[in-house]
Amino acid sequence: MYKAFLVKYGEIGLKGSNRHIFENALRDRVQEKLAPLGSYKVVREQGRIFVECPEGYDYEDTVEALGQVFGVSGFCPVEVIETTEWDTVVQAVCEFVEKTYEKKNFTFKVAAKRADKHYPIESPVICAKLGEALLERFPELSVDVHSPQEVITVEIRNRAYVYSVALLGPGGMPVGTAGKAMLLLSGGIDSPVAGYMISKRGVQIDATYFHAPPYTSERAKEKVVDLARIISRYTGPIRLHVVNFTDIQLAIYEKCPHEELTIIMRRYMMRIAEHFAKENDCLGLITGESIGQVASQTMQSLLTTNAVCELPVFRPLIGMDKVEIVEIAKKIGSFETSILPFEDCCTIFVAKHPVTKPILSAIEKSETLLSEVIEELVKQAIETTETIEVRA
Amino acid sequence: MEAYLDNSATTQIDVQVLERMERVYREDFGNPSSRHKKGLEAERYVKIAREEISATLKCNPEEILFTSGGTESNNTALLGVAYANCRRGMHIVTTAFEHASVYEPLCFLEQQGFRITYLKPDLDGSVSAEAVKNALCPDTILVSVMAVNNEVGAVMDFEAIGREVKAFNPEIVYHVDAIQAYGKLRIYPKRQNIDLLSVSAHKLHGPKGCGFLFIREKTKIKPLLYGGGQQKGMRSGTENVPGIAGMGLAAKLASEQLLLNAEWLYELKEHFANELETVEGSVIHLVDEEDGTKCPQKLRTERLRRLAPHIMSVGFFGVRAEVLLHALEEKGIYVSSGSACSSNHPAISGTLKAIDANQDLLDATVRFSFCKDTTKEELSYTAEVLRQLLPLLRRFRRK
Repeated sequence: MYKAFLVKYGEIGLKGSNRHIFENALRDRVQEKLAPLGSYKVVREQGRIFVECPEGYDYEDTVEALGQVFGVSGFCPVEVIETTEWDTVVQAVCEFVEKTYEKKNFTFKVAAKRADKHYPIESPVICAKLGEALLERFPELSVDVHSPQEVITVEIRNRAYVYSVALLGPGGMPVGTAGKAMLLLSGGIDSPVAGYMISKRGVQIDATYFHAPPYTSERAKEKVVDLARIISRYTGPIRLHVVNFTDIQLAIYEKCPHEELTIIMRRYMMRIAEHFAKENDCLGLITGESIGQVASQTMQSLLTTNAVCELPVFRPLIGMDKVEIVEIAKKIGSFETSILPFEDCCTIFVAKHPVTKPILSAIEKSETLLSEVIEELVKQAIETTETIEVRA
Repeated sequence: MEAYLDNSATTQIDVQVLERMERVYREDFGNPSSRHKKGLEAERYVKIAREEISATLKCNPEEILFTSGGTESNNTALLGVAYANCRRGMHIVTTAFEHASVYEPLCFLEQQGFRITYLKPDLDGSVSAEAVKNALCPDTILVSVMAVNNEVGAVMDFEAIGREVKAFNPEIVYHVDAIQAYGKLRIYPKRQNIDLLSVSAHKLHGPKGCGFLFIREKTKIKPLLYGGGQQKGMRSGTENVPGIAGMGLAAKLASEQLLLNAEWLYELKEHFANELETVEGSVIHLVDEEDGTKCPQKLRTERLRRLAPHIMSVGFFGVRAEVLLHALEEKGIYVSSGSACSSNHPAISGTLKAIDANQDLLDATVRFSFCKDTTKEELSYTAEVLRQLLPLLRRFRRK
């Protein structure tokens, strides 16, 4: 079994003098992610991160975990050879190819890195000799030094390392390198994906969910907690604020024009989410909106809801089609939970024909109909909010 | 205050039952098939349970097959009889409002080429023996009827149906799904011409994951599960000894107290019906008129007693059942909308349509189901909560 993994990071490598901040963050995130699986040794060395696995570790679990750390662009299973004694290295490289490739009919080249400059054999010679040995052992292989299908890399340090295939990481930046943002999380398909995408840029996530008992059930809330848990595999722990929105919703229902219910409701959701965002040092809000998907996501509606926020609102799905969003949801594992059939508070009193082109001034005027009660209701909603710490 | 009024979904386990099960789990945990003493001890529990259960039905202990619950009992009955008798005929008669654990296996059999006749209930929610008789054909091999409808509590005249079936052709196998009825109504399969009877333990203060199927001796039926040959090859798999032991006691207790309990349950029903008099816009299905007119008291008692003792299906104009359910939940009152087993499906109750319930109540009906431990105080509290909640909920509805 492979004894280690070599973690590659793409974009971080392009950073300038603050590069070490990103590298250290990535090392820490990898370390945190692997901690529940065993005592892995994660070290940062010369432009990469090296993960040494403990005895008897679970390969599948480790690969899955590394594939969920933002900032990891790819990672290679590595064979570690305790000695650099030449015959042992040759033997180990052959065994590596034997177990790594089911079919041995590809073109390849050997790349050698000699960090230990006292090593008696020079890099080009290492490449040539190892190539020769592999051809002899696996006659179906052929060498192509210009565009090989596989590159077998051998590094000679105090020990020797062999690796070739790179497994794909999620890319992005390590969480914690870009501040925090507040995700408006519903039980749908879009918002978990939006949270995932912003977090991928290194952003730590908090979330706010609005529930409306008895119109939405305890199971609907449970589902949202489950969704938060699913994306927390990538984002790390999430503080989920569960706001009881029933009374606000009923007040809007009773006092405002029915076709404006959803848009006014969304404005109050943004206001309350922003309150918690500021209280938790978030630098922005995140929504799963996509232009034109539903009535409350037309350009006019977005303008109208956006108007109540001071913080920037990040909408990573804004230009995406539903099918593209679904594809990501399936990839990150939130889709199956998102499609469970529980009613959420956006749909319960929805008008048959909601406004699709709200005018900001008109909506603001409608909201004055709430002026007698709304301040108190918002205050109550904020005071009764339940905070749940969600971790994978 | 808390009021658990969803006893048709499941009941709280009886303490004595739990104690017996715990003893099996902790001490007498052997496998009945083992040759040693530990095995023998375990086997004894199974034997005792078999005797306890057969005593309640006045049948032979050998006629009890232990299963994993109501669903398995029903599946074994239907699929087992269909496969064992398909050379004689391919026709099966049932009703249009069976539980999914009867309906779905029958759908499967339909795909296999069996012909199924689904009888619609009369307005009183039951299927008459006459209707069953008229549906029988020369190639009918099986009749399957639910004894008590789980949604509205209508009671089938399963005894009369059995008589008609056997008069037509004694070879037809007669199955009764008694999952809501056992422990509430007296059932004597031998006297009532019943060949197969499905029961689930957790509906009578027993454990979940345990049930039985009465199989009259000489009934032609094939097993569903094959393997180590336990239970005379009729149901392979190590017996769920703790569950079986618990179920035996639960069955015994339910049977001993049956009349007493039933009387209490009817009294509770009467009490709740009285309370509902002053809950505006409420309709007790199969009792009140579907337009909302309350049933006069004398007639009401008669109608209530025609239904199963523990189930009351009540519609409330102008609220959605799902919302009412959650609103009651906030007050510690637990009920179900439709049948809890299928509450995940938003489909509107087929039974309510069948009994010609008011169109406006199809999605506005909740089921209250009681048990022997339910109190009048709980029901008064529930009615009081309803009186408070309904006006609020009715203010808000989908426009």
